[in-house]
Amino acid sequence: MTEIKLEERIAVALAKLILDPSAPPARHIAVGAASPMPAAACWLVKKQGHPVRLSLLHKRSGNPFTEGTRELFDLTGQGRIDLFFLGGGQIDGSANLNLVGTGEWPGMGVRFPGSFGSAFMYFMTPRTILFREEHTPRVFVEKVDNISAPGVSPPGVFRRGTAQALVTGRCVFRFHPDRARFSLESVHPGETVESVRDATGFAFDVNGDVPFTPDPTAEELALLRGPICDEMLETYPEFCARVFGRKQAA
Amino acid sequence: MTSQSLEALAAEVPDGASLALPPDNSLPSVALAKALIRRGVRNLNLIGVPVSGFATDILIGAGCVASVQTSAVSLGEAGFAPRFSAALRAGSIKVIDATCPAIHTMLQAAEKGVPFMPLRGLIGSDILAHRPDWKVVPNPFATAGEDPIVLLPALNPDFVFFHALMADEEGNVWVGRRRECATIAHASKRALVTVERVVPGNFLEDERLASGAINATYIGGIAIAERGAHPVALLDEYGFDGAYVGEYARMARSEEGFAAWCAREVFDQKAQAAE
Repeated sequence: MTEIKLEERIAVALAKLILDPSAPPARHIAVGAASPMPAAACWLVKKQGHPVRLSLLHKRSGNPFTEGTRELFDLTGQGRIDLFFLGGGQIDGSANLNLVGTGEWPGMGVRFPGSFGSAFMYFMTPRTILFREEHTPRVFVEKVDNISAPGVSPPGVFRRGTAQALVTGRCVFRFHPDRARFSLESVHPGETVESVRDATGFAFDVNGDVPFTPDPTAEELALLRGPICDEMLETYPEFCARVFGRKQAA
Repeated sequence: MTSQSLEALAAEVPDGASLALPPDNSLPSVALAKALIRRGVRNLNLIGVPVSGFATDILIGAGCVASVQTSAVSLGEAGFAPRFSAALRAGSIKVIDATCPAIHTMLQAAEKGVPFMPLRGLIGSDILAHRPDWKVVPNPFATAGEDPIVLLPALNPDFVFFHALMADEEGNVWVGRRRECATIAHASKRALVTVERVVPGNFLEDERLASGAINATYIGGIAIAERGAHPVALLDEYGFDGAYVGEYARMARSEEGFAAWCAREVFDQKAQAAE
């Protein structure tokens, strides 16, 4: 077995969060654009035999929707999407997401592409797994410059859920909406509580000894490198070439 | 309906018009965007349904745009949209941020002919804080508590451009499953559509084609433009030309580079025809 790639470890960590028995069930998961690691995690859950419907929004063929892109939002509005993934150019310690940009509105510092559906999906999905590989103080800030989607809402505002966790290139954080704070769940090998703290602009809770994010099992690696790579090759050719060393047949 | 020339369709769009465009995964008419640049249109108010891509960036780069209402602007794998980012920084365009389902909902209100529709979410977002045209009201049907909810006004663009696979003799156009093009066509005053080809018959009399068709009643003009979505993909007809968009993204980093790209790819029609 060749060495475990960080991307593989992250995909397995994401899959464990999807299957977390303490979270609401994930019967239907939607995965948005440019999300190869969340997509790999969803495929891992499915290929391990768990009954789950995957709607992969940027699949070039076999797009799941027949009513145009609004169908995703209509499904989510009804509560028919159980889990979604979101990221952000900035994410803060209260799980507020900034996909608009830094500086004055609408991103007069560095403009990011924009908020996409985040200001709706974050409210209307029972749970969201936040994912951002770059773990630096410029991404994980004390307070976001602009809020595309808030992490928590005041009582009385209709909201089905919020962040369950935040997975990064260095660690896994769990989110606690009751106190609007993250706690450190595990650190990837090579990291420590201190190294994570140095790379994070927001304060977070640490309870006792923080374990390492577990190694993928041989079975998980075999699934990722074989049948899951097969499924992802069309949508994410660069990712499959880089992580699994596989090129799409011409 | 007889098809017109691309330039004749572009000539119908006056300066200052509002123009809805689908994103790069949903049949944008890049051919019409290029024709608009050639015609030298100014002060367009673009609407990304629900996000914006390549066609929006080239229209901004060519100085055709006053404002963009959208949920995001990007060139996909080629990265941030360079002319959009530069124009925002320079203050030469007004950017009105939205979130994807809000754009769809505003168009659906126009489609139904009602003045507004509600949408969940949004409360506590700075998007809402910067939208004086969006209002929060208590849900009038709530049995307990106030249940605040956002109302969005109907959005009725002057024009929409998209690129359909084909038109029939009756002027119906076929977009397959990309039904957001139908919603935008229903909601807009005039839909100007480019197609790969015009075919005999009537899609509405064919059960297999009717569900992917848009009735001619919504279509304001058709032009044949082979590979009219290029460099964007067209259903299963042709794929996304990543090399072309990548080269654009590199050249359009500077104003001079964009001008050179535009001279070659938009204005030099002889070179285009010889392709």
